[in-house]
Amino acid sequence: MTGNAGGRLSRYGLRFVALLYLAALLLAPIGVALVKTFDEGIGEVITQVTKPDAVHALKLSLITVIIAVPLNTIFGIAAAHVVVRTNFRFKWAVNALIDMPFAVSPVVIGLALILVYGTGGWFGADLASMGIQVIFSTPGIVMAVVFVSLPFVAREVIPVMQEIGTDQETAAETLGAGPWQTFRSITLPAIRWGVTYGIVLTTARALGEFGAVTVVSGNISGETQTLPLYVSKQFETFNSVGAYSASLILAILALGTLLTMNLLRRKED
Amino acid sequence: MNAIAENLKTVSHGIEVREVNKEFGDFQALKDVDLIVPDGSMTALLGPSGSGKSTLLRTIAGLEVPTTGQVFIGGEDQAKKPVRTRNVGFVFQHYAAFKHMTVFDNIAFGLKVRKWDKQKTRDRVTELIDLVQLTGLAKRYPSQLSGGQRQRMALARALAVEPSVLLLDEPFGALDAKVRKDLRTWLRRLHDEVHVTTIFVTHDQEEAMDIAQQIVVMNEGQIEQTGSATELYDQPANEFVMGFVGEVNSLDGKLVRPHDTEILPAPTPGAVEVEIDRVVRLGFSGRVEMLTVPEKKEVWAQLTRSELETLNLESGTKAYVRPRPDAVTKEDTGALDDAFKEENPAIHKPTSVEPGLPV
Repeated sequence: MTGNAGGRLSRYGLRFVALLYLAALLLAPIGVALVKTFDEGIGEVITQVTKPDAVHALKLSLITVIIAVPLNTIFGIAAAHVVVRTNFRFKWAVNALIDMPFAVSPVVIGLALILVYGTGGWFGADLASMGIQVIFSTPGIVMAVVFVSLPFVAREVIPVMQEIGTDQETAAETLGAGPWQTFRSITLPAIRWGVTYGIVLTTARALGEFGAVTVVSGNISGETQTLPLYVSKQFETFNSVGAYSASLILAILALGTLLTMNLLRRKED
Repeated sequence: MNAIAENLKTVSHGIEVREVNKEFGDFQALKDVDLIVPDGSMTALLGPSGSGKSTLLRTIAGLEVPTTGQVFIGGEDQAKKPVRTRNVGFVFQHYAAFKHMTVFDNIAFGLKVRKWDKQKTRDRVTELIDLVQLTGLAKRYPSQLSGGQRQRMALARALAVEPSVLLLDEPFGALDAKVRKDLRTWLRRLHDEVHVTTIFVTHDQEEAMDIAQQIVVMNEGQIEQTGSATELYDQPANEFVMGFVGEVNSLDGKLVRPHDTEILPAPTPGAVEVEIDRVVRLGFSGRVEMLTVPEKKEVWAQLTRSELETLNLESGTKAYVRPRPDAVTKEDTGALDDAFKEENPAIHKPTSVEPGLPV
C-alpha cells in the first residue's frame, strides 16, 4: 500500500507543480491584465478600442493575417510535398531553409528586408521609381510577417505526410485519378489536421509579430502600426487602459482561431 | 517449350513482357525478363524477397518505368501510357485503403474519377460489396474493418473500374495464417467468376501452387522457370527451382525429392550411409527421417505403407539411401543454401505436414 500512497503523492505533487508553473507564467499575468482592462469600466474600454488609431491597427493586423496565412499555407504544403515526396541532392538545404525564420531573430529579419527593399537597398530605388514603397508601408509589414510565420504549416505537415506514405496516392493513381484529383481527394484530407494546426500557429504568429514589424514599419500611428505595435505604444505613453483594451482584442482573435479549430475537429468526430 | 507456352499460340495475350530490364542505380532489379500471361488466367510470381517479383508487377502496372524493354497489355504497347490510363486494378499488401472514406466511397472512387452517374455508381458498388461479401458494411470506415475485410474492400475497389488486368502485390502478406488461407480460396473462386487476367506476387510456394494456373519462379531479377505447379515440381529447370518449389534432400552433391529417395538395407555403390532417426506413419504413407553418417545432415524419405512394412526400419539402425533410378535430380552447388539460409530456413527441412502437391 505504501507504494500506492507514494505513487499518489508524487502524482498530485506533479500536478501541483505543473499548475503552479502555468499559473505563475500564464494565468496570473493574463488574469491581472484582464482585470486591469476593466479598471475604469467597460465604457472606457469601448472608447479605447474604437479610437481611429486602434481601429486602423486592428485593420492592418487583419489584412496582414489575411494575406500571410493563405500564402504560407500554400507554400507550406508545397514545401512539405517537395521535402517528403521528392528526392534531390540539396534536399537537406531546403529543409534547413524552411527552418531559418525560426532560427533568425525577427529584428534581424526586419533589418535584412530594409537592406533589400529600403530606399538605399538593392531593389529599393527601382521599386520607388515605379511608385512602390515597401519599407515603412503595408507591403513591408506583410513581407516581414510572411517571413517569420513561414515554417509552421510546413513543419506540421511534413511529419503527417511522412506518416501516411504513398500507398493511398498510388492507389488513387491506378484508379485513374490525375495529380490534382489525387491531391484534393486523397492527400489533402489525409493531412488536414496538420494543415489546420499549422494555420492556427501561423495565424497566432502573424497576429502577434512584433520585432520584425517594428523595424520595417516605422511604427507610424494610424498608418503602419499593427495591433501589437499599438499596444506597445499605448503602454509607453502611459495609456494603460488603452494598452490592455487592445491586448484584449488580440487575445480574443487568438482564442477565436483556437476555438474554430476545436469546433471543426469536434464536428468531424 | 512447355504446355502452357504451346497453348498460348492459340489464345490472345493478356499481358506480355518483352526483354524488360530495370536498374535502380547500380542494382539490376530485372534482367532480360520475358513473360506471357494468358488472357483470363491466374499467374503467380514466386520468389524470395529481393528476387524482383514486385518490381516486375509494378513495371506491368506502370508504377516503375523499365530501363529497357516493353510491356503489352491486350496486345497494346504500354510504353507511353501513364499508370492512370492503363486501366489496371492494383491491390497493395497493406491495403492502401482511403482512411477518410467509407467502404462505399472507397469502392466508388474509380467510378467517380470516371464521372459515372450517381445511380449507376450506386448499383455497381452495391453489386461489388455483395461480391466481396461486405454486405451491410458500406458505411463503415476502414479502421472499423478487420485486415481480411480491408483487403476485400481494396479488391472490390480495384475491380470496380473493370480493369483489363488485376495485379496483386503480396495481397495476403499482412494477414494471419488462417485468414490468409480463407482469402486465398475465396480469391480463386472470385477469379472463376470474374475471369480477369490476374497476376499476384507471393513468396509462399503453397499459396502459388494452390491458386495459380501458371507459376513464374524468380530469383535475382531473372525468371528461372515458368510453368504449372506440376511442371515445376516434376521437371524443375534447375537447382534453384527444384529447391524453391517443393521439398528436397541433398544427397552426395545431388538434390533429390523425398519421394524419390530410396532406402536400402545393405550397402550399395552410390548409396549414402545414414542412421534412422525417426519413422513417422501418416495413415497410408509414411516419412522416414535420417541423419547421414558421419556429417549428421538431415535427410528424409517419403514412402508408401507397404514400402515401410517391407523395410521394417527402426530408429538407431543403419541404412543406405540413394536417388531412385528414375528420380529427378539436380546438382547441389550449395547456391541454394547461400540464397535462403537466413531468409527461409524451412526450405530444406521436412515440415510436419504431409508434403507434396495439392491435388
